Amino acid sequence: MWLAPETLLILTILVPLFAVPGIIAANRFPNRREGVTITASIILIYLVTTLYGLVQNGTSIAIKGPALFPGLHLSFEIEPLGMLFSLVAGFLWLVTTVYAIGYMRGHHEKNQTRFYSCFAIAISSVMGISYAGNLLTLFIFYEVLTLSTYPLVTHSGTPKAKEGGRVYLGVLLSTSVLFLLLAIVATWYTAGTVEFQKGGVFPPETAPIITGTLLVLYIFGIGKAAIMPFHRWLPAAMVAPTPVSALLHAVAVVKAGVFSVLKVCVYIFGLDLLRTLPSADFMLYLAAATVLLASIVAMRQDNLKARLAYSTVSQLGYITIGALLATNAGIVGGAMHIAMHAFGKITLFFCAGAIMVAAHKTEISDMRGLGKSMPITMIAFFIGSLSIIGLPPTGGTWGKWFIMTGAFDAGKWTIMIVLMLSSLLNIAYLLPIPLRAFFSKQAYGKPVQIKEAPLPSLLALSFTALGCIFLFFYTQPLYELASAILQ
Amino acid sequence: MTAHFPILQVIIPLLAAPLCLFIRIPRIVGIFAILVSATAFLISCGLLQEVITGGTLSYQLGGWAAPWGIEYRIDKLNGYLLLLVSGVSTIVLVAAQTSISKELPENRHTFFYTAYLLCLTGLLGILATADAFNLFVFLEISALSSYTLIAIGTDRRALTASYQYLVMGTIGATFIIIGVGLMYMMTGTLNMYDLAERLPAVYESKTVLSAFGFFIVGVCLKLALFPLHLWLPNAYAYAPSITTAFLAATSTKVAVYVLIRYIFSIFGIEFVDMSLPLGDIFLFLGLTGIFVASVAAIYQLNIKRLFAYSSVAQIGYIILGLAIETELGLTATLLHLFNHALMKAAIFLAIGAVVYRIGSAQLSHYAGLGKKMPWTMAAIVAGGLSLIGVPLTVGFVSKWYLVVALLDKGWWPVAVLVLISSLIAVIYVWRVVEWIYLTPPRIITDEIKEAPMSQLIPIWILVLANIYFGVDTRLTVGVSKLAAQSLFGVN
Amino acid sequence: MNIIGLYNYWIVVVLMLIGFFIVIAHENLIKKLVGLSIFQTSVFFLYISMGKVAGATAPILDENYQLYSNPLPHVLILTAIVVGIATTAMGLALVVRIYEAYGSIEESDIQVQDNNDRLEDYLEAYGHKNDTHLFNQDKDE
Repeated sequence: MWLAPETLLILTILVPLFAVPGIIAANRFPNRREGVTITASIILIYLVTTLYGLVQNGTSIAIKGPALFPGLHLSFEIEPLGMLFSLVAGFLWLVTTVYAIGYMRGHHEKNQTRFYSCFAIAISSVMGISYAGNLLTLFIFYEVLTLSTYPLVTHSGTPKAKEGGRVYLGVLLSTSVLFLLLAIVATWYTAGTVEFQKGGVFPPETAPIITGTLLVLYIFGIGKAAIMPFHRWLPAAMVAPTPVSALLHAVAVVKAGVFSVLKVCVYIFGLDLLRTLPSADFMLYLAAATVLLASIVAMRQDNLKARLAYSTVSQLGYITIGALLATNAGIVGGAMHIAMHAFGKITLFFCAGAIMVAAHKTEISDMRGLGKSMPITMIAFFIGSLSIIGLPPTGGTWGKWFIMTGAFDAGKWTIMIVLMLSSLLNIAYLLPIPLRAFFSKQAYGKPVQIKEAPLPSLLALSFTALGCIFLFFYTQPLYELASAILQ
Repeated sequence: MTAHFPILQVIIPLLAAPLCLFIRIPRIVGIFAILVSATAFLISCGLLQEVITGGTLSYQLGGWAAPWGIEYRIDKLNGYLLLLVSGVSTIVLVAAQTSISKELPENRHTFFYTAYLLCLTGLLGILATADAFNLFVFLEISALSSYTLIAIGTDRRALTASYQYLVMGTIGATFIIIGVGLMYMMTGTLNMYDLAERLPAVYESKTVLSAFGFFIVGVCLKLALFPLHLWLPNAYAYAPSITTAFLAATSTKVAVYVLIRYIFSIFGIEFVDMSLPLGDIFLFLGLTGIFVASVAAIYQLNIKRLFAYSSVAQIGYIILGLAIETELGLTATLLHLFNHALMKAAIFLAIGAVVYRIGSAQLSHYAGLGKKMPWTMAAIVAGGLSLIGVPLTVGFVSKWYLVVALLDKGWWPVAVLVLISSLIAVIYVWRVVEWIYLTPPRIITDEIKEAPMSQLIPIWILVLANIYFGVDTRLTVGVSKLAAQSLFGVN
Repeated sequence: MNIIGLYNYWIVVVLMLIGFFIVIAHENLIKKLVGLSIFQTSVFFLYISMGKVAGATAPILDENYQLYSNPLPHVLILTAIVVGIATTAMGLALVVRIYEAYGSIEESDIQVQDNNDRLEDYLEAYGHKNDTHLFNQDKDE
């Protein structure tokens, strides 16, 4: 190893950033521009996997940056949860870039340079979030992520995009400034520290009313976790080009939200404290309600991306439930679901984008009989759906299994029922799409010549679909990483 | 030489101002003005350095000992603000070289620089002096020259704005001088520190109370505290952009300094507490000001007016820090003084660059400029983000301290209101962003180019300062803290 | 010290209020400036009368006199008078230019013209330039 681990950590954040000037410089040469992005993402994967190897060997990596306020530094530290998140995001960035090349060119999108630049900044901030050593650092990158994805959401510049952008920014900024920032400042004020620590930071004598209120502030404040009633931004963000919806609004941004929830639960409150808080119960049921309601709303959506968005809202609820159950299995399940859902949902979005590019269809009712002309896409969609539902042989099974176990351990029967019901609803709103594509006649009129999506997109979506299956059989490393959180 | 720094700081621009009239050739006058302002900046750097290491500096004018002669006294508080004012002034002057060529007729350039240097003199003098009456004189020097600076442009609305400001400003200044007179009646002294020693003996008297009352109202007029802010939006909106950038960044800040100086160093916080419920008044006015002005900002069509209203709102935050009446609160106020100056200077200079190119500050003319002037627009957005208080900008640092101070005082509902108000800032900043980036251009924009380098560089120095001081807060927080401690320590 | 004995302060207060009233109540910009001057003058009186010591003479050292009036406020007010003159001159200069630009020095006239300017801005921003009906209607207000 020729670089110190600390340097590697900083590089993971900087490499995507360094790609930005390169992307801008190569503005007029699409091939070179995408080459820069791909190179950066390959380097990023290399860095992240190297870091993973180091963490596996028990190296602890921490950096204390400059002090923003006396006693409060920008700091980074790698712990298993962040490692897991950065691995997922790092890998999928490459896949998404490959996909995006096919999609953006196939769709003749404008301003592609801005697109790739903002994308890289977003990834950089995701890395910052996953390695953040304290709440302040996390908050900073959290806000950078919000702002850098805004241009992506409003990419098309249409009035609808503008409207979507307003909701997106409005909800995410207001929750984070109003609740999250307040909670962080209050934590700093009561506990004297905002560093992530095993077992939490609050001194035992802190009044439960304070910690209870803070928990509510945190869960609502992390708007990216999309707990109702602060979930509106996610469907609104669907005006973005599909690669954005795929990587950012199925993986990076939303997972940054639930990741922060998990982090706050484990490292700020600590499971022991969390278990005693009455407000944790309240938030738990709110998350459960989110899971159910979002599933029901998803069933009523005819626009494929909107349906997937609501499905994401519901699945994020699972992870929040896992965190708030405050049992070991719940945390492990939540952490694993971050990865599992990421692969499943990104596959579905890739498919949605592929259908949009190849067949110019966005509404589900128009997609009947599409399986004949786009078999690979539809098979991938089927696999992705299985993973979201949580059926073997896909990775999604494990995440849900552990969350379920967690609910069982905590003795929360209602939660278990909600989880089961929601799985049934998942089946009802996801599976019909690929099934009808294969077994129904074309919707109306004479068959139009429809081919599969461009090759890069097809490659990407096959890769993630296979990933879903792969993760079912090779879960061990993920499980080890997830359970290392609790040690 | 260094011993004379406190007076050189003020006297150099004062003497340079009439010299401008002799030089006459606008280009040379411009460069001369930059040099003068830069000299003042260097001196203020030296002063601050000396104050931090060696403690308060006292300078007797003409060798007359303090209570009789005029004393200049530099401590951490005004050393810090001297640095701010002279620094911002220098950067703004660099941008002024090209900017005023479009906004002012050629024959007024020399007058512009003369008035500008006089205004700088006034502001620096207010900061440096330790004599209550001398302060009034400098206040009027800066005020009279800023009326000129506002009215010197070609927009006729600037004339009425300046007139309005003149009337309000004169009333404010007269109130201040009444306050000074009443204090002199009771104590027989004009030196601030002498006053601070003698006032406690006559705390009970009604005269001192009314002196204080006159004084507070006068200063609040000057610093545009809501509801005494009516002169500000028009003055900022229709003045030449350089004037706006300079005044927005410095003049209200200096007025706040006067307020802080009088409350803490002269009257003393105990007197303030027992005489007037000033904390409550400031809390109420600060909060209402924040909300009313922020909401008003949302509806503006002129981008300069929009950010002028935002300035009124930001003054609300500054006053709110004072209302807390704790050391932490004062630190937040002092921090925000500095930080807000950086933000507004950056924003108004960037707007000036746009006015230079398209000749308008109408928001609707900004449609589609994101592509034509990417760097200038990015600067406006960066400044806007700082106003909102996004992390990694100075705005975040101020907001953090303000919220911590409020929680420390136990005023958590106010803390929530402060955070809500920053969401209103999101709305008005995002209106600008949507016009810039998401609205198709209405006017033919083919020949519009990026702003010239001579403007981009100062703008980006300020933007980078916004980011730098948002990350490395040692200087700002350190000095604010020391100044706040010493102000509380005095009493 | 009875109320009559403080007559100098009464003069100050009355002048101040008169000046203030003129500033607020009059529409004419020059009259406003006159009011402002009166307002400032009241303060000059305050300072001058404050320096007067009962039974004392002018502060010129002479063996025959022991008691002198305090010269300092008088000196101060000299400065304030200069400032006042500068302010008035500045204000009058502005009024001249306002008259050139607007053709009026009545505040209400100017306000109407400014409002029209603003209305034009509004129409330009939201693009109803041809909608003269709306334009005229608002103009009348």
